[in-house]
Amino acid sequence: MKTVEEIKAAIEAVVPGAGVEIVSNPSVSGQHSLRIKPSHAFQVAKFLRDDAELALDFLSNATGVDWPDKEISEKVKVTRTVAKTVDGVEQQVEETVEETKKRVVPGCLEAVYHLFSMAKGHGPVVIRLKTANRTDQVELPSLTPIWRAAEFQEREIFDLFGIVFTGHPDLRRLLMWDEFKDHPMRRDYIEPDDFEYEPTPHDEVLLRAQAHKSREQGLGNRE
Amino acid sequence: MAVAENKTEKLEGWNRPPLIEPDGEGELLEVAMGPHHPSTHGVFRMDVALDGERVIRLKPVFGYLHRNHEKLAEGMTYLGSMPFTDRLDYMCPMTNNWAYAIAVEKLTGQEVPERAQYLRVIVGELTRIVNHASAVGFLIQEMGASGTPLMYAFKEREKVLDLFESLTGARMMVNYMRFGGCRVDATAAWLDATRKVVAGLPKFVGEFEALLTGNEILMARTQGVGILRPDLAVNAGVTGPMLRASGVNYDIRKVDRYGIYDRFNFRVPLGDHGDVYDRFMIRFLEIRESIKILEQALKDIPGGPVMDSKAKIRGFRPKPGEAYGRIEAPKGELGFYLISDGGPNPYRYRVRPPSLINLTILEDMCLGQNVADVVLIFGSVDIVLGEVDR
Repeated sequence: MKTVEEIKAAIEAVVPGAGVEIVSNPSVSGQHSLRIKPSHAFQVAKFLRDDAELALDFLSNATGVDWPDKEISEKVKVTRTVAKTVDGVEQQVEETVEETKKRVVPGCLEAVYHLFSMAKGHGPVVIRLKTANRTDQVELPSLTPIWRAAEFQEREIFDLFGIVFTGHPDLRRLLMWDEFKDHPMRRDYIEPDDFEYEPTPHDEVLLRAQAHKSREQGLGNRE
Repeated sequence: MAVAENKTEKLEGWNRPPLIEPDGEGELLEVAMGPHHPSTHGVFRMDVALDGERVIRLKPVFGYLHRNHEKLAEGMTYLGSMPFTDRLDYMCPMTNNWAYAIAVEKLTGQEVPERAQYLRVIVGELTRIVNHASAVGFLIQEMGASGTPLMYAFKEREKVLDLFESLTGARMMVNYMRFGGCRVDATAAWLDATRKVVAGLPKFVGEFEALLTGNEILMARTQGVGILRPDLAVNAGVTGPMLRASGVNYDIRKVDRYGIYDRFNFRVPLGDHGDVYDRFMIRFLEIRESIKILEQALKDIPGGPVMDSKAKIRGFRPKPGEAYGRIEAPKGELGFYLISDGGPNPYRYRVRPPSLINLTILEDMCLGQNVADVVLIFGSVDIVLGEVDR
């Protein structure tokens, strides 16, 4: 089978501007993946399926991964000039100080597809699509028109992660019920506070039930 | 009826289920089959629209058994999820363990000792035989032969479950495999007992097959019903006996040669028509091949440890990275996708459930058929709801 570099070159030759990026996998499994720009994902997927040499006709696994915003604190050495009194004389002295700087790496949602070839018996080729953020720009193109195998799996990703697949023929929740609001597989998902349904709340549950009830009364009807 | 005449034709574009027009007289009847229909083997619903007895539309509804297995696994250690995998496809706990162990071994690069490899093959193939025999039993039960054929299969299943119990301590929730081996070794007495059970299997299969395959009612009900075209099967990601019944030669035991499957001499049976009858026959033929594998494995099994003594169990933290491992489970390709961030818990843990993905084409197979055949077609897919809903 072709290596990821060769596949990248093959994609870029056919779909210009696909922005293929190799995501290397440091584990011993050696399954490196290709990140593709969502805008070109459909053409790339079509190429991967129909190319005579790759012939990735079998989409085995499609899943989502949530990468929340990450705060990274780094120690940076900063040199600056400070006014200091040395031996009674005021002087400008250069001083190197360590400062902790915090920066936030914005999070995203990711859809990962594992492709195999039934005709040639090789695989997996892993492709990944990334959303712009986790809140309002969560659209990705659906690959269901290319591989029907994605139909239920993309519905599941939509249900549990909240990625909206544009072009999916029937994008509904798969496992949770239709009226459900949140996306349970997100890392910051909080279970709903259902303690009012506890028949006889006690101990810690009682405290939480009371807190919940007072909050509920303050807010009026809970949605 | 769309028989497999256009087998070689390549599918283009989005393979939506065909539109079936009602004949224009009267109203459509909408029926909710399930979630407590006896043929659904659990809690599963099909919203069916009927024109007389013909199925015009069919939408499967999932989620009644959903417990977010994947989220649970993110909150516990790698080993902590092993017993939970038993509960995915509770008919075949051994193969679930095996798939998870293979995925983690891919992530960490652990080696599995020889004897453990053989034991994995033995328990895995026993599981396949039990699953296929029960699947056929259930299928015939849904055809109206209530009880008796299923009990034939269950009689044999009981013997295998007794073997599992004496090996692992539990009949179904076995929790047997570990990363880099198996939990306990099999005694010589256990291997002898297994040889005895395996020696009795060909007779059972022969009897079971003779009772059923020539049966006129069974042939009339299953032949030409629920046809699945091979190109659609590949495109829809169908795997396992379902796929091979449509004539696509894809068995992960042969393709990936995971474990030690390259050492055994066995064949991959293929169907020709892709109807319910083929799916039913494929399972019989696969049982025969599994018996062949078992005989070879039980003859060749070497001595030695079943677990690398240096394998780390406590404080198990794989290096950051990801891995996708898969095996040929009795129901199809069972895969596990793991992402490690270097911590004791998996960052992401995903099960690729063959039962769920094989249901993608349920609507395509059922459209235009009679409602009584929906039960049969559904039974021939062979699913377990513990795995569909996770």
